[in-house]
Amino acid sequence: MHIELTGEPIDVAAVLAMVEDDGAGAVNAFVGTVRNQSTGKRVVRLHYEAYDAMAVGQMRRVAEEAQEKWPMLQKVAVVHRKGTLEIGDVAVAIAVSTPHRAESFAACQYIIDTIKKVVPIWKKEEYEDGAVWVAAHP
Amino acid sequence: MKLKIALFGITKEIVGQPELELDAPTEQSVAGLMDQLREKYPALRELTSFAVAVNSDYAADDYQLHERDEIALIPPVSGG
Repeated sequence: MHIELTGEPIDVAAVLAMVEDDGAGAVNAFVGTVRNQSTGKRVVRLHYEAYDAMAVGQMRRVAEEAQEKWPMLQKVAVVHRKGTLEIGDVAVAIAVSTPHRAESFAACQYIIDTIKKVVPIWKKEEYEDGAVWVAAHP
Repeated sequence: MKLKIALFGITKEIVGQPELELDAPTEQSVAGLMDQLREKYPALRELTSFAVAVNSDYAADDYQLHERDEIALIPPVSGG
């Protein structure tokens, strides 16, 4: 299991390589990237802030939960970026390997969906005319 | 007792600093601390939600805080 929070650009090929396994017939990956618009506003860039120790701990817990739910999971890698990101940059990369494809889709989706709910990382969207912490207000 | 509270994201902007030192009653629960903070910083009431983490994990409302606990406010997360 590889869990990482980094201030450096994420190398997606390296994340895929982390889950290579001779027992795996499927590798599934999710790559989250920075979009150029949000709710109709043009996004200039994003700033990610993290509570580092807890963020890594929570990402690890989510990956462990996935391993309990899908015991056939061979390997898991989760890498999340922090700091300032430009349009098109990779914000998060998740890769899992399993013997068959169905579980790889399910596990990968579970991991990204749960990370978005529990991991203490905050995204500030910067627009041409200001900036907003995403989801902070109803 | 004195509690040290780490702040992130929008809560850091509401309080105006990355860390807060707060005088709390000797027997203070997480729920009590949240009330105390909402009283002192009314802008916290306008957030979608906020949670308290103790020693790098989400804490239950009835957890009794200790002076040496590492406390953090967790506004709505938006990673991924």
